[in-house]
Amino acid sequence: MSSRTQNFLVPIISIILGLIFGAIVMLISGYNPVAGYTALWNGIFGSSYNFGETVRTIIPYVFSGLAVAFAFRTGLFNIGVEGQLIMGWFAAAYVGFAWDLPTIIHLPVAILAAALVGAAWAFIPGILKARLGVHEVIVTIMMNYIALRSINPLIAAVTGGAERTPKVHESASLRSEFLQSLTDYSRMHWGFIIAIIGVFVMWFILEKTTLGYELKSVGFNRNASEYAGMNVKKNIVLSMVISGAFAGLAGAMEALGTFGNIASMSSFSGIGFDGIAVALLGANQPVGVFFAAVLFGSLKNGGINMPNEAGVPNEIVSIVIALIILFAASGYVIRLLLDRAGKSKKEVK
Amino acid sequence: MEYVIEMLGIRKQFGDFVANNNITLQLKKGEIHALLGENGAGKSTLMNVLFGLYQPEAGIIKVNGKEVKITDPNVANRLGIGMVHQHFMLVENFTVTENIILGHEPTRGGTINIKDAAKKVQELSERYGLNVDPYAKIEDISVRMQQRVEIIKTLYRGAEILIFDEPTASLTPQEITELIQIMKLLIKEGKSIILITHKLQEIMDVSDRVTIIRKGEGIGTVTTSETNPIQLAEMMVGRQVTFKTEKKEAQPKDVVLKVENLVVADNRGIEKVKGLNLEVRAGEIVGIAGIDGNGQAELIEAITGLRKVKSGKVELNNKDITGFKPRKITEAGIGHIPQDRHKHGLVLDFPISDNIALQTYYKEPFSKNGIMDYKKVRGIAADIIKEFDVRAASNMSLARSLSGGNQQKAIIGREITRNPDLLIAALPTRGLDVGAIEYIHKRLIEQRDKGKAVLLISFELDEVMNVSDRIAVIYDGAIIDTVFPRETNEKELGLLMAGQELSSKQSKGGDA
Ligand SMILES: Nc1ncnc2c1ncn2[C@@H]1O[C@H](COP(=O)(O)OP(=O)(O)O)[C@@H](O)[C@H]1O
Ligand SMILES: [Mg+2]
Repeated sequence: MSSRTQNFLVPIISIILGLIFGAIVMLISGYNPVAGYTALWNGIFGSSYNFGETVRTIIPYVFSGLAVAFAFRTGLFNIGVEGQLIMGWFAAAYVGFAWDLPTIIHLPVAILAAALVGAAWAFIPGILKARLGVHEVIVTIMMNYIALRSINPLIAAVTGGAERTPKVHESASLRSEFLQSLTDYSRMHWGFIIAIIGVFVMWFILEKTTLGYELKSVGFNRNASEYAGMNVKKNIVLSMVISGAFAGLAGAMEALGTFGNIASMSSFSGIGFDGIAVALLGANQPVGVFFAAVLFGSLKNGGINMPNEAGVPNEIVSIVIALIILFAASGYVIRLLLDRAGKSKKEVK
Repeated sequence: MEYVIEMLGIRKQFGDFVANNNITLQLKKGEIHALLGENGAGKSTLMNVLFGLYQPEAGIIKVNGKEVKITDPNVANRLGIGMVHQHFMLVENFTVTENIILGHEPTRGGTINIKDAAKKVQELSERYGLNVDPYAKIEDISVRMQQRVEIIKTLYRGAEILIFDEPTASLTPQEITELIQIMKLLIKEGKSIILITHKLQEIMDVSDRVTIIRKGEGIGTVTTSETNPIQLAEMMVGRQVTFKTEKKEAQPKDVVLKVENLVVADNRGIEKVKGLNLEVRAGEIVGIAGIDGNGQAELIEAITGLRKVKSGKVELNNKDITGFKPRKITEAGIGHIPQDRHKHGLVLDFPISDNIALQTYYKEPFSKNGIMDYKKVRGIAADIIKEFDVRAASNMSLARSLSGGNQQKAIIGREITRNPDLLIAALPTRGLDVGAIEYIHKRLIEQRDKGKAVLLISFELDEVMNVSDRIAVIYDGAIIDTVFPRETNEKELGLLMAGQELSSKQSKGGDA
C-alpha cells in the first residue's frame, strides 16, 4: 500500500472504529446509537445555523492546536496556551471597545494586540527556561493560574467594576451580517480565514525559513545546534513567543468573533488544554492540526445536540467523543495493522 | 557436520534498498564465528533477522537442523538465541537485576521476586567471571560492566547461542582482552558465539571461522587459521587495502592555529586543560596523542567555542579568536569533525541533505533573506554525498538510518567542503572499518597537501603514528612533548602518554 493511500485511509478507519465503539457504549447504556449519531450529524451539519456554530467552534481550536504544535517542534511543551489565550482574549476585547479607529486599522490592531500579549505571556516561561533552565511545564501551568486569577480584576479595572467588557466596536469585529444571514444568525465569523492564514504561516515558518530550520534543529538536537553555531537560548525564547502569539490569536477569535467581548471567568475555557490534544492528533504538523481542529470542533459542537434530539445524556456524549478522538490519535496501531495485512497479501502471492 | 544455526540465502529489504542479499551463515556448535563487513554492509541487519527483529523477504533459518520462523525476539529467546546489541538496551535508573528480568519478571503471589533473580544473576556472574553486582544501578556502572549485564541477560534467558554486535567498539584494549577471556569461557561451557566486528586483529585472535559480507552480499566463509588480515580486508572491501597510508613529506608553512597558556575547566569546574601550548602550521597534520581524559575534549571544545576559556589565548591566522561564539569561529575558518557524531555532528532526525547545511544554512546558496532554498540544499548535498561516497538508501533518508561510517563520511564531506583553514578531527575513525578508516585518512592528508592545517586527536597509537607529521603528546592537560613519527616508536609514545618522560625532560631544561 502506498504511503499516500495510507495517509488518507488511516484517519478514516480510525474515526469509523471510534464511531463503532461509541455506538457500543451507547447501546450498553441503553440509548439508540443510530438516533445518537443522527443527532450528532445534525448538530454538525443539520442546519445552516448548526454548521455556522460548528465553524466558529473550530476556529479557536486551530489556533490553540498550532500554538502547542509550534512549541513542540522546538522540543518545548507549552501547557500555558490556556493562559496566553485568556490574556490575548482580554487584549483584543480591550482594544476593540476602548479604542476608536477606522476598520482597516482597528481590526488588525486588535488582532495584533492579542498576539502580542499572548506572546508576552509566553515570553516569561521562555526566558526562564533559556536563562535559568526552569522547566517550561511548571512555569506555564503557573502562568495559566495567574492569567485566570487576574482576568476578573482586569475586566473590573477597565470597565469600572463591571463583570464583562462592552462589545467591541463594529470596526474591530470579525462578525459579519453576511455570514450571519447565510447561517441563520449563528456566531460564525471571518476568523476562519485568519485561521487558514495561521496554518499557512506556521507551515511557512517551519518549512521555508531559516528560522524554521533552526527551530527544528534545536528541537531535535540542542548539542548539534550549538555546535552548528545556532543560538539555542534565543531559539527557545522565540519558539515560546511565536507559540504564545498563536495562543493569543485564539483569544482574539473569541473576543472579536464569537463573543464580541470578555466576561469574568470562574474557570478555564478549556480551549488551550484541548489544543494539546489537537496538536498531538495533528502530529504537530500545521495541516494535520487544521484537520484535527475540524474534527475536534465538529464533535464538540455536534455533541451539544445529542441530549436534546436523542436523549443521550451529556456524560455519554463526552465518552463517545473521547472514544472517537482516542481512536483517531491511535492511528499508529491501525497503520501497523494495515502493514501486516499488506504483507500477508504479498506472501500469499 | 553439526550446525546449531543455519541462515541460508537470506534476503532483507528496506523499501527498495537491499540490506541483505543471498547471505548464508552456518554456525557450528562451540565455535566463535566472526561476521565481518564494512560499516553498512548489513551485519546488524542479518543478526536482527536471526533475532526476530526483522522478517526476511527470502531464505530459511534452521536451528539444530530444524527449519524455524523467528517472528519476534521472544521466539529467538525460546530457541536459545541471545543478542548483545551494539547499542545497549538498558534502563539507566534500574538495577542490574531489574534490567535482566525486565519482561520476564519472576513473580511470587503477584509480586516480583527480586531476591531469587538477584541470586541467579550472582551465580551467573561468578560462573563466567563477570564480576557484576546484581544490585548496582546501570547509570552508576561503566560501559564495560553494562556490556556484561547484557551478556548475563542473554544467559539468564537460557541462551545457548550468543550474538555479539560490535562488542569491542567502545572498549579499551585492556577491556577487550577481558572480553575475549569471557567469550572463551562461554565456549568452554558449550555455548556458540557469533561475533560481529570489523577489527581484523580480533578476528585473527579469537575466531574459528569468518563469514564476510560486502554491501549486503554474502562473499563467503573462511577458516581463520587458513587466512590472514590482508586477505580478509580484501574480501571485506573488494579491493586491495593499504594499512600504511602513503604520503609525501609535509611542507609546513605559516602558523594557522596558535594556543597559548590555555586553561579550561570541565562542567564541574575542575581544570582539565592546564596552561596548554600548541601550534599547527599550514600544510601539516599535528596529531594529539594521549590517553582519554587528559583534556583532549576540553581543548577542542575551547578552540571551537563550545566551552568557556578560563585563561590563555587561541589565535587563528594571527587573529585572536579566544572566547568567540561557535559561529564566529566557524566563519573565521575552522572545520570540526566532532568526537561524538550523534551528539554534536548530526541532527539525526533531519534528512542527510539538511545536515549538510548545518552550519551554513543562513548563508547563500542555502538561503536568501531568511528563506531557505531546499532545492539548492538538496543539490549541493547530493554532490557531497556522491563525492564522499556516503551510502544511504536516499539523500532524503534520515541521518539516523545511516551506518556509523556513512554518518562520519557525511560529516567529513560537509566540513571539508566548507574549505576551512584549520580542520580539527577528533577521533574521526572511531568505530569504523578499515575501508572507511583508509578513506578518511586519505582525506585528511589531502587537506594537508592543499596547504590546510589539520589537528588530529586520537586514542589509537597507530593512527597517530600513521597520519601525523608531528605528534604532540598530551598528559594531564598539557602538551608534555612534541615528537616526529619517524623518530619515535609506539613504546616511547606509550611512555610519554603515561606521563613518564616528564622528569627526564625537565632535567634537560624541557621545551615543549
Ligand atoms: N530500519 C532500516 N531502514 C532503512 N535502512 C536501514 C535500516 N536498518 C539498516 N538500514 C540500512 O541498511 C544498511 C546495513 O545496515 P547495518 O545492518 O546496520 O550495517 P552494519 O551493521 O553492517 O554496519 C545500511 O546502509 C543502513 O543504512
Ligand atoms: Mg552494525
